[in-house]
Amino acid sequence: MIRAIVRTAFIGLRRDRGALALSFILPIAFFTIFAVIFGGRRDTTPKVSLLLVDEDHSTASQRLVRGLEHEGSLKVKTKPAPKQGVEQADYTAATAEAAVKAGDAPVALIIPHGFGENPISFGAPDRQRATIQLLKDSSDMVAPQVITGLLQKVAMTAMPDIMAQQGSKYMDEYAGGFTPEQRQRIEAGLAQLRERESTANASGESVAPADSNAGMPIAVSARDVVGENKNNPMVSFYAAAIGVMFLLFTSSGAAGSLLDEAESGTLDRVLSSRVTMGTLLAGKLCYSWLLAFSQLVLMFLWAWLVFKLDFIPHIPGFVVMGLSTAFAVGAFGMLLASICRTRGQLGPLSTLVILIMSSIGGSMFPRFLMPEAMQKAGLLTINAWAIDGFTKVFWRDEPISHLWPQVLVLLGAGVVFFAIARRLARRWEYS
Amino acid sequence: MASSPVVSNPISLLPLQIDGLVKRFGDLTAVNGITLELNAGECLGLLGPNGAGKSTLIRSIVGRVIPDGGTVTVFGDRADSAGARAALGWVPQELALYPKLTCRENLGAFGQYYGLRGAALQQAIEWCLGWAALTDRAHEPVQNLSGGMKRRLNMAAGLIHRPKVILMDEPTVGVDPQSRNRIFEMIETLHAEGVSMIYTTHYMEEAERLCNRIAIVDHGRIIALGTRDELVRNSFASRSEVLARFANADDGVAAWVEQRGGILEDGAARFTIVHATEVADLLDAASRAGHELADISLRKPNLESVFLKLTGRELRD
Repeated sequence: MIRAIVRTAFIGLRRDRGALALSFILPIAFFTIFAVIFGGRRDTTPKVSLLLVDEDHSTASQRLVRGLEHEGSLKVKTKPAPKQGVEQADYTAATAEAAVKAGDAPVALIIPHGFGENPISFGAPDRQRATIQLLKDSSDMVAPQVITGLLQKVAMTAMPDIMAQQGSKYMDEYAGGFTPEQRQRIEAGLAQLRERESTANASGESVAPADSNAGMPIAVSARDVVGENKNNPMVSFYAAAIGVMFLLFTSSGAAGSLLDEAESGTLDRVLSSRVTMGTLLAGKLCYSWLLAFSQLVLMFLWAWLVFKLDFIPHIPGFVVMGLSTAFAVGAFGMLLASICRTRGQLGPLSTLVILIMSSIGGSMFPRFLMPEAMQKAGLLTINAWAIDGFTKVFWRDEPISHLWPQVLVLLGAGVVFFAIARRLARRWEYS
Repeated sequence: MASSPVVSNPISLLPLQIDGLVKRFGDLTAVNGITLELNAGECLGLLGPNGAGKSTLIRSIVGRVIPDGGTVTVFGDRADSAGARAALGWVPQELALYPKLTCRENLGAFGQYYGLRGAALQQAIEWCLGWAALTDRAHEPVQNLSGGMKRRLNMAAGLIHRPKVILMDEPTVGVDPQSRNRIFEMIETLHAEGVSMIYTTHYMEEAERLCNRIAIVDHGRIIALGTRDELVRNSFASRSEVLARFANADDGVAAWVEQRGGILEDGAARFTIVHATEVADLLDAASRAGHELADISLRKPNLESVFLKLTGRELRD
């Protein structure tokens, strides 16, 4: 008897392609996406972009720059990418800060004038000492921490002689002074270190073990250059990210009314009146569009009221991004509904597609945490473009004119989705 | 047997004119060369079993099916033209309504789909609610209504734009007898107002009560067309029908019934006789053959008898 029950259930599952996809394809797809993001494959581990400005040009600062450039986990840029084949000038403190604000990189390091005079320091902070400035975009909570740690490591691996010299200087000062014999031995040791360092530089090798990471010898002063005045740094990101994901679900559900009407015969009756299929789909799209926009309004109002999101000054940008996103999402819902034959098919298909889109597109976790290839793949989703647009509005305080790439992509995608949906809906027009 | 008969009409702009209509779905020919005319103010019944092609014919008329051959015109306009759409009202077999909307909201939506606005729309809604006896349930969501009320609203939604030609596709399916009578009264009201109608059903009593003429449809063809009396007379002349039920309807009985020119179905045999005296002969013959009769009755033939005679099948097969 139990065997018959099990067999019946399996036959049912086998014939329900939606349930099969949810049972076997979705978990595999999710596992793959998460494994690629967090799995630690060496060639896919995301590199942290770092803008580097050397104002000092001393031996010590140049060695520090070289050390950072040799760090495998960093992608160091000292100048912007060439424009139309023309090399650009090195970053300055001002242009690096502007680039961080524009989202070109999450962190910039400024090595100031005078850094080389006293690059390493132990003990109490020295107010006279030149301090490296770390300019960061606080929406990326990982990159500044990574760079701060790596900076200390590079100081030791790239400047071991300076490190040792400073250490012995402190010992001499606080331990009551070295004897002439001890000074002679220390000098001899430092000379050896310098020789090894110059040999290593010539061959490109590191003089210190890769995992050496003790103390905080480099003085760093961190400063938020993006979001420094924001009440709650990640609220705008998550309002957009979560909002878009649920918009997709809502829109596919709303467009599913088309399938309900087809199944109940209401669609036939409507199409026998003066309403054409084009008019009907346009009406449904308008409904989905308005519904999705209302949801976004509610989401951001909630974020404003409860999480102190800076909403009011950003209303124009929000309206532009909200309407573009809602249009694309509404049309995508129409596309999903027109692909399916029944409401029963729509549920599993939309769940599958929307969850995958949301995970790749940054609705579940920020795209900057993803490997570069996946970040690029995310650009194939509505989520990524919508989140990027809302980030520009709420995080980077960019003007509406800077939203054109996102608006263009979202509106264009919406038009394409709707055109395909209209084409697929021809099967309902006549039999 | 009448094959695809045509009632000729000299008026060029008939409410509905169908000429040689053919519709195939793959290997299945659902409508096979139907030619038919609907006269002004007439209620024409399409009587046939499930799958006979009635609904496909109706859907072709409302432009929801593209025929493979033939033409359909409504007051001279092609079936899927704007003029035809405005003149036609369709009551589909399914409950084609918005279940979460109230009666009034449903009628409002369908009225707007037909281009009604403002006072005209409100007037049409009131008329429909009154006609369907749903005025006191106007603000009730459809999903809360009884089956009969839903059917009535389904009909009203097809009439919101006051069409001149109405196509009713089995409007009483799944309805209790009381609601059915209410629906009949609604249809009779329309008929009295001079609306032209096509009414499809597989209940012969509905066709007999409501329709001026009846077309019997089977396998996508009209196999007989005329008034109820014409159909019976053409099939049976002045003959009557004897219905005999046997105590043991075995193979011997079946062979005997066939030999006597009758039809045996569900243990009951039907014989056609010209004179009432033939009943005594039948009883005598059954007795001599050793077949015990449980019940015997004499009746005038009806549409079901006509259908059985023409197709050899029951109407509800």
